[in-house]
Amino acid sequence: MSAIVFARHAMTPTERLRDAGWVAFVGLILGVPLIGLTTVDVGGRLGVETRFGLLLAAVAAVFAGRLLLRWSIDNMRNRKLARDRVSTATAADRAHGAQRVVNVLGWIALGASIALPIVYSDNRYVVDIATTVLIYVMLGWGLNVVVGLAGLLDLGYVAFYAVGAYSYALLSTQYGWGFWEALPVSGALAASFGILLGYPILRLRGDYLAIVTLGFGEIIRVILVNWTEFSGGPNGISSIPRPSFFGLEFTRSAPEGGHSFASFFGLEFSAMHRLIFLYYLILVLALLTHAFVSRLRKLPVGRAWEALREDEIACKAMGMNTTNIKLSAFAIGAMLGGFAGVFFAARQGFISPESFTFTESAIILAIVVLGGMGSQMGVVLAATLLVLIPEFGRNFAEYRMLLFGAAMVLIMVWKPGGLLSHREPTVRLKPLQRSKPAAAGTEVAQ
Amino acid sequence: MNTPATLLSVRNLTMRFGGLTAIDDLSLEVPAGKITGIIGPNGAGKTTLFNCLTGFYKPTTGTLRLAHPTRGEMLLEKLPSHRVARDAQVVRTFQNIRLFPKMTVLENLIVAQHNVLQRASMFSIAGLFKLPGYRAAERKAVERAAMWLERLKLTHLADDAAGDLPYGIQRRIEIARALCVDPVLLCLDEPAAGLNPRESAELNELLLYLCGELGIAILLIEHDMSVVMNVSDHIGVISYGRKIAEGTPESVRNNPEVIKAYLGEDEEEEAMGGAAA
Repeated sequence: MSAIVFARHAMTPTERLRDAGWVAFVGLILGVPLIGLTTVDVGGRLGVETRFGLLLAAVAAVFAGRLLLRWSIDNMRNRKLARDRVSTATAADRAHGAQRVVNVLGWIALGASIALPIVYSDNRYVVDIATTVLIYVMLGWGLNVVVGLAGLLDLGYVAFYAVGAYSYALLSTQYGWGFWEALPVSGALAASFGILLGYPILRLRGDYLAIVTLGFGEIIRVILVNWTEFSGGPNGISSIPRPSFFGLEFTRSAPEGGHSFASFFGLEFSAMHRLIFLYYLILVLALLTHAFVSRLRKLPVGRAWEALREDEIACKAMGMNTTNIKLSAFAIGAMLGGFAGVFFAARQGFISPESFTFTESAIILAIVVLGGMGSQMGVVLAATLLVLIPEFGRNFAEYRMLLFGAAMVLIMVWKPGGLLSHREPTVRLKPLQRSKPAAAGTEVAQ
Repeated sequence: MNTPATLLSVRNLTMRFGGLTAIDDLSLEVPAGKITGIIGPNGAGKTTLFNCLTGFYKPTTGTLRLAHPTRGEMLLEKLPSHRVARDAQVVRTFQNIRLFPKMTVLENLIVAQHNVLQRASMFSIAGLFKLPGYRAAERKAVERAAMWLERLKLTHLADDAAGDLPYGIQRRIEIARALCVDPVLLCLDEPAAGLNPRESAELNELLLYLCGELGIAILLIEHDMSVVMNVSDHIGVISYGRKIAEGTPESVRNNPEVIKAYLGEDEEEEAMGGAAA
């Protein structure tokens, strides 16, 4: 269907009419039983009534709508072509412009995210949503390593998120570990699960890989549901300790002979303190993730991931050990997912397998794909959109998810390569003219 | 030179796919520091030979013995494909170009130096903290890539995405990328396919330079006779997986067996026959 709706070539007016006619015809056939005929209660018996007027109106609407849709698609495409023809900018200039837009967007996003809890310091709802956005940003950045850079389609990413969350939950409730001790251990654990998943599927690619990762995600969830002694089963694990601010707890009353966060700073206790602290905590974690992944991308291992995505056979012919490259992508992606999981468990205070369903994996993958594969800034945009759209859609009640789906379809039609599909080279021979020194790539060549 | 006369010796190589015998008991010597041409009609098994040589296929029987000038003797059929390139330094290009299309030309050439750089980055740790050792290694890799770009007249395209460039240029990039792996034996699979006569002439020059000045042995599959006959020191002819002739371009050209299997009456006639068909 989408192939018809979004046919690649432009149409002449007659073609457009014929096309709309066909669509209206399909509408008519479907409409006869759906709209044209209706049952009525005639004195206790069932009678059939015809509504051909309404049907005619519906078919006319389909015809007109189809004409309008085709016309606007062609019109938009022509305008874009005309724009491209007029602009004399070289490819390098355009790439440079795109990069500058991304940079500016990045600084704005950073400023906004730092200022947000200060502005909304007493709005619990906003800070909560912003924290959720940042969790998805971090997950998106983690999955971006596996899907966006290395090109390995992973539909079970939520498994590593779950491993991180459950590791922290168990380490803290069973062994009394603190957040900061448990964070690296849980990350390492998630990374080893990444390698564990990576080994059996080294030879798979594309669809086959996706199916196996999907299975892996389900295995982890099913184990968590059924192994009650270990994970608490469907009841999950509750009263997970919250992270403290350098040893200061966010409690109403200070512990014996010590201070709570509020009493130490001489503030009046407010439940918002902890939320804002959690917000900044995930912000710092996300920024560290970003710095780490962007740096890796410019290292041999990052270039190898991208090369693997582009052509695995050529990688082998260049003497690259594709086994190690794939496993490193899985391990690092899983580790970042694990970190996000630890934060999730610490923030919620309660986790259960319900939080780690396939839908989560699908949303994280959607964030990476909508954002533009491999684009760090695109992940931020897409995560913000995908969290906010369902929130804004609350007024639409049960049509919320419909709106969500429609938004995703529209974005992919408008920008098939994702919101930000520009790829910045990891190294340049000639630094760009007229540019601020753009990150580490340029300095190498000097 | 004290390098052994024979760099690679193929002995009784057979490759079967189910009932199909793509290569049938083939033996061939590739001399060091020379250009060896492999010709034969379509489907003769030339590319299969390359795939066996570079570890992409495991031969059914036979040995591929490489006398590496510094690292001793190696049996290529026992190595996985990435080690053929990394340890044995036998590097190939592909008949249907396989670049990393979204990466820039320079990045393509840097990826080819992955193993050197990866060692310098010490599992990415030195790289993450931008330690001087790694930065020096990266600078050297860029310089090396820039040197090959210069030599293949690609410098002005260094920062363009490789996949967006014209076909003939992509062929050159693929050769430049292979050279960045530092090969002792360079296997080129139809490097002149899709090139115009001027580009073919430039390719000839490049091959002679690589072989004559740098001493890289070249194994060349090619249909373009103006390339093979002009640059090869030695030619092997394969038909239906068997070697039917071997020798200098002159002797191969006049070999009745070869003419029957492949060339037709003579070169001009063959070209005309091809046009008529």
